[in-house]
Amino acid sequence: MAIIVNEKTKVLVQGITGEFGGRHTKLSLDYGSAIVAGVTPGKGGQFFEHGEHRVPIFNTVRDAATATGATASAVFVPPPFAADAILECADAGLDLCVAITEGIPIRDMIRAKRAMLGSKTRLIGPNCPGIVTPGTGKDSNGGCRIGIAPGYIHKKGHVGVVSRSGTLTYEAVFQLTSKGLGQTTSVGIGGDPVNGTSHLDVIKMFNDDPETWGIIMIGEIGGNAEVEAARWIKANCKKPVAGFIAGATAPAGRRMGHAGAVVGGAEDTAAAKIAVFKECGIECAVTPSDMADALVRAAKARGAKLA
Amino acid sequence: MNIHEYQAKALFEKYGVAVPRGVAARTPAEFDSALSTLGHDGPLIVKSQIHAGGRGKGTFTDGFKGGVKFAQTKAEALDYANRMFNNTLVTAQTGPAGRKVQTVYFTVASDIRKEYYLAILLDRNTSLPVIVASTEGGVEIEKVAHDTPEKIFKVFVDPAVGLQGYQARQLAFQLGFTGDVFKNAVKLIDSLYRMFWETDAAMVEVNPLITTPDHKVLALDAKVSFDDNALFRHPEIVALRDLNEEDPKEIEASKYNLSYIALDGNIACLVNGAGLAMSTMDIIKHYGGSPANFLDVGGGASKDQVQAAFRIILTDPNVKGILVNIFGGIMDCNTIATGVVAAARELGLKIPLVVRLEGNNVAAGKRTLAESGLKIESADTMADAAQKIVKLVA
Repeated sequence: MAIIVNEKTKVLVQGITGEFGGRHTKLSLDYGSAIVAGVTPGKGGQFFEHGEHRVPIFNTVRDAATATGATASAVFVPPPFAADAILECADAGLDLCVAITEGIPIRDMIRAKRAMLGSKTRLIGPNCPGIVTPGTGKDSNGGCRIGIAPGYIHKKGHVGVVSRSGTLTYEAVFQLTSKGLGQTTSVGIGGDPVNGTSHLDVIKMFNDDPETWGIIMIGEIGGNAEVEAARWIKANCKKPVAGFIAGATAPAGRRMGHAGAVVGGAEDTAAAKIAVFKECGIECAVTPSDMADALVRAAKARGAKLA
Repeated sequence: MNIHEYQAKALFEKYGVAVPRGVAARTPAEFDSALSTLGHDGPLIVKSQIHAGGRGKGTFTDGFKGGVKFAQTKAEALDYANRMFNNTLVTAQTGPAGRKVQTVYFTVASDIRKEYYLAILLDRNTSLPVIVASTEGGVEIEKVAHDTPEKIFKVFVDPAVGLQGYQARQLAFQLGFTGDVFKNAVKLIDSLYRMFWETDAAMVEVNPLITTPDHKVLALDAKVSFDDNALFRHPEIVALRDLNEEDPKEIEASKYNLSYIALDGNIACLVNGAGLAMSTMDIIKHYGGSPANFLDVGGGASKDQVQAAFRIILTDPNVKGILVNIFGGIMDCNTIATGVVAAARELGLKIPLVVRLEGNNVAAGKRTLAESGLKIESADTMADAAQKIVKLVA
């Protein structure tokens, strides 16, 4: 078990013929993920070739899904057209749309999110590294990698990771794998202020997943999504949870790289979020080097196993 | 992207949001003609134009008090303008360095009956635009929200249908308006929302919004910022950018797609990824150091970007050491190491440099650093790297 995706998930790539999308499609194919189709309007009928792989390209998401049975999409479409690509996934009735694109106008995402209300399509991102459910092969190959995360740092196991930041997610996964602690699924929900799947959405899924025995939740300054998730954890989650919040030294009012990472009011600071984490029984990593160790401490305190 | 008050008010007028009449002047030579254009014999307000709030309560570095002044006469207005121009204004929001005033804005002084607050921004919890209004204007809205939350009113706008008439009316009723004031307020709220939406604004704040004895509703102040991601479709807004208001290092960084923010510490950092960059600053602080900047080179940093990043970092005279922290997930660590070595050589780096590389092809990267013959200290974890650089600059 894992959450959201597994090794059988059939994936299509929107923007497969672009440099960025193409490069990461190759890496996903190498990882053993089932990339079954590409979508580039006007290039339908062509193929995306990589080694022995020959991935058919379609003009529309609907055509691709109908022909190949793809249920998930990775969006690598440039920012001005990305919201359109996301809505095309929803219209085609896919289960999952993972929007990697960074720099989508907020107004476009406000509209897209509103238009997706009631749709069966789960949106992850945008501006995210994507999702990885590690496989059982060498360097975790054979799993499902949608997006841009390095597959090889993962290891199949029992820890769930959820984060707004890409490289900070890799840092956590790498720490876990180095300690011999594998992961069920690692989800990057993205650094934008308007995103599809929240920390809480992912935490609930990890909580329901019997294979996930412990959780690392990584957040940032800005918004109150981490606080919302922490309060839910206090009331509902019996699994050990470790947390980290980036941005303790960020000055107020400055956007720290991510559009969503801005200290707004006094209750929006890293210190305020860390205080809520502690109050909710989440073991806080003292530094970013301490994330895996913090989870080990949390598990020990509850007498829970992580591997 | 931020713009000046006078630019924001020009946009307001374009959308039908009423503002007091005003004229901006960018050189002292223009002061006279600006005042003539305004053609007003009554009292005036003279306003320093900088991208920071708290101007009224600010102090200039030469001791002159107040970045916003009330003038009874033209002569008085001219005198204030001359004292503000090219002078550096320090407010609660500028930091101790302050900002140099390079534009002065003259407006007609309005007869104020009562002050209110009005803002439009993104509500992150609902992912919807929210209009926030309050009967308490001209004061800090955070304080109002904390002390008297019942005096704050909100409506959320459904982007599928836009702001509805009943919503604007609801706010105007909640603010206690009646008669012509009510009608004018509804029109102003509607126009302001249209401007917010159509220009891809990130935030529009009017504090204070005022009513006058002759039943007008006016935006007395205007603070507007735009979503940087949407600027590609608004060349008319990009044209309003004032580079004088930005840190030259940040401007240079943006040319190389680097996200750089200057801070006041002495340990510079160069990191890939925003979250990792923020937490690198945090861990420096944790071990007793002080970060000189936030710098995200992005996911696919090239050798050129690394070199540009080093050049920018080193223009900050406070920098006493550099910490490079790269998690090379997909990116090859050896490419980064080669870039670091090239930059250190090119710039004849004299200050301590600690490099922490992890990920793809890390062994080769570390070898490149070790064999460079340069004084580069290698580190294994973030904690190790932070402790090393803090010790080296101490």
